[in-house]
Amino acid sequence: MEEARTMQVDLGNLMAFDSGHHFPSLPSSREELIEKCLEKGTELVQAVADALFNLPSTEDVDGPIVKLPPPTTKLPREKHLPKPKPPTKWELFAKAKGIKNRKKDKVVYDEQTGTWKRRYGYDRVNDDRDVPILEAKATDEVGSDPFAERRAEKKKRVEKQNKNRLQNLKQVVKAHALPSHIQLAATALPITGTQAAPKKVSKDELGNVAGLAATATASGGKFDKKLPGEKKPKHEQKHRKFLPVAEGKGQGSKEKEQTDRVLNKLLAKNSHEILNVDKAVSMYNVKKEKKRSKQKRDDSSNSSKLKPQKKVQKKPFKKGSAKKGSEKKGKSK
Amino acid sequence: MMKFKTPKKGRIRRELEKRAPRIVETGRKTLILQGMKTSGLLNSVLTEIYHLKKESSVRYTRKNDNVRPFESGGETSLEFFSQKTDCSMFVFGSHSKKRPDNLIIGRMYDHHIYDLVEVGVENFKSMESFVYDKKLAPKMGSKPFIAFIGEGFESVEELKHLKEVLLELFRGEVVENLNLAGVDRAYVCTALSSNRVVFTHCALRLKKSGTIVPRMELVEVGPSMDLVLRRHRLPNDGLRKEAMKTAADKPKKKEKNVGRDVIQGKIGKVYIPDQQLGDMNLPNKAKGVKRERREAKMNKQANGHAPKKQKGGSN
Repeated sequence: MEEARTMQVDLGNLMAFDSGHHFPSLPSSREELIEKCLEKGTELVQAVADALFNLPSTEDVDGPIVKLPPPTTKLPREKHLPKPKPPTKWELFAKAKGIKNRKKDKVVYDEQTGTWKRRYGYDRVNDDRDVPILEAKATDEVGSDPFAERRAEKKKRVEKQNKNRLQNLKQVVKAHALPSHIQLAATALPITGTQAAPKKVSKDELGNVAGLAATATASGGKFDKKLPGEKKPKHEQKHRKFLPVAEGKGQGSKEKEQTDRVLNKLLAKNSHEILNVDKAVSMYNVKKEKKRSKQKRDDSSNSSKLKPQKKVQKKPFKKGSAKKGSEKKGKSK
Repeated sequence: MMKFKTPKKGRIRRELEKRAPRIVETGRKTLILQGMKTSGLLNSVLTEIYHLKKESSVRYTRKNDNVRPFESGGETSLEFFSQKTDCSMFVFGSHSKKRPDNLIIGRMYDHHIYDLVEVGVENFKSMESFVYDKKLAPKMGSKPFIAFIGEGFESVEELKHLKEVLLELFRGEVVENLNLAGVDRAYVCTALSSNRVVFTHCALRLKKSGTIVPRMELVEVGPSMDLVLRRHRLPNDGLRKEAMKTAADKPKKKEKNVGRDVIQGKIGKVYIPDQQLGDMNLPNKAKGVKRERREAKMNKQANGHAPKKQKGGSN
C-alpha cells in the first residue's frame, strides 16, 4: 500500500524526513510514545536503506563500498571560502613574457668532478664556496679579496630575494588570501569577539601618555630623559600659591582676601541654609539683564521694514495678552 | 612591527593546513562545555553526547562562568575556545532555577557565533539504563542514519532551525565512500508539538530480506531525551548569505593525455618506460635456472679438475 508520502531523503547525509506525519493524539504512556516513534523511525530508515543499498557498490575486503552522493541539504559553512592568491611579481612577468616553468632534475652532472651531484643542498653542483682559485681580472683593485666580494654579492642576492618575498606576501595580505601556515605576527589570533583594528594613537594621546608616566616619578617628570622632539611635560604650574612677601601699593590686602575666602568656604560647608543667597542674587541679576537686553533687541528689530508680516502681528498680542481671542476676532473683521 | 611567521617544523605546518578553510567542508568539530552551575543530569547528558561524537569533539570539564552565549559580551570566551580548538560548533550546558537542565547548541562561522538554539532536557534516560544484546552495540565513529518525524519540523521555524542543528551535530563526517557493513546506528527525532522533540539513539539490526536491501530493525540503545525548545537566535541576513555561499562546482580536473582527432576520434599516448634488460626478471625462472644450474655444474666439474692440477703445480 503505497501512500503519497511527503518524505525527503538526503542520501549524502543518510537522513530521512517525513513531514506528512502528525500525531493525532498524544499517546498516553511514555512506552507507547517511544514505540510509535521507533515504528515511524524504522519506516524512514528503511526508506534510506532502500536507496542506499541500491547504489552501485564495489567489493572490498571489509564489505561492499558504495559511493555516496553529495548531501542535498544546504548547510552553512564553518569557515569562509578560500580566496585565490594574487599572482606574485615573477608570475606576472612570466605570464607577460610567456615564460613556462621547466621541470628540473634533482641530480645534475658536475663537469668539474665528473659526478652527479644534487642541484641544491649539501654537496651541490656549482657551489660558490668550492671554487679554489679565482683569476684576477684587469679591473680588480690590488688589495681586494675576490672571495669576500663573492660572499657579499651572494648575501645581497639573498637579501633582495627575501625582500621580494616579503613584498609578495604583503600583496597577499592585502587580498586577504594568506595561506594557512603563514601568520602575520602582530595580528595573530585576535582574542576578542569583534575584530578590533589596531587603534592609531594620535600625537596628543601620546603626549598625554608621556605626561602620565611623568607623574609617576617623584619629581613629576622634570628630570626624565627626553627623546628628541618630545615637549616638556604639561603640568608646569605651581599648585601652591604663596603670597608675596611685600605687598604692592594700590591693592587690597591679599592676606585678608585669602583668609576671607577660606572662612567663607568653611562657613558654607557647615551652614544649614539651603539657599545660597549670593548665588541666587547673581543669577537673578543675570537673568534680568538678559531679559532687558533681549527686549531692547526686539524693539530695535521690529522697527525694520524687512521683517516678515508675522512679527508685525505679534505686537498687538503682546499688548493685550489677556484678551488674545477677542483681539484676533477684531482683526479678522 | 609586523612579521610573517612561518612554522619551522613540518608537523606544525601540517596541523595548520588541516585548519585552513576548504572549498568543500567535511563536518564540524564540537566543543562540549559547561557553565557555572550544572546538575547531575546535565553532566551525564554532556558526557553521553561526547561519547556519541568521540572522534570529532572536545570536552571541557571546568566551569566557565563568563560564557553567556545569548548576551552580547558573553561570547568572547566561546570564540576564543573555538579558535584554539578549531571547533565550529559547541554544546553548552548550564542549570539554573529559571532554566533547568539547559543546553545551548550553537554554530560558528569563521570563529564568530553564527546561530544559537536553547533546549531544555527532560525525561533523560542514559545509555547504561538500556538493556540490549551487546553484539548490537554501534561502533564508535560509524555514520548514522538520521530520521526526522513530524510536520512541525517544516512548519515551525524554531523546529526547522533545531532540525538543521541536530543534523549537523550528529551526522558525523561527510564521506564519499561508505562501507555498507558498517552502518549500525540511527538517530530518531520526533516532533511531538511545536516545542517538544523526542530524541533517541538506536542500534540497527539488519535482517535478511528477499532483496539486496536488508530489513531494518531499530533497537533502542543510547540516550533518549525530550528536548524542549526555549530560545533561539537566527543569524542576521548578511551573515547568513555569506555563510551559505558555495564555490561554483569544482572546475573539472583537466583530463591528461586525452586529445581529439578528427579522423581517429579520441586519442591518447601510451608511454612505455625504458626496459632494463639486464635487471628484468625472467619468466618461468625455474626452467632457466635449471639449465643454468646444469651448465654451471658442468663448468665447475670441468674447472674442478683443472684447478686441482694447478694447485698441485703451484704449491
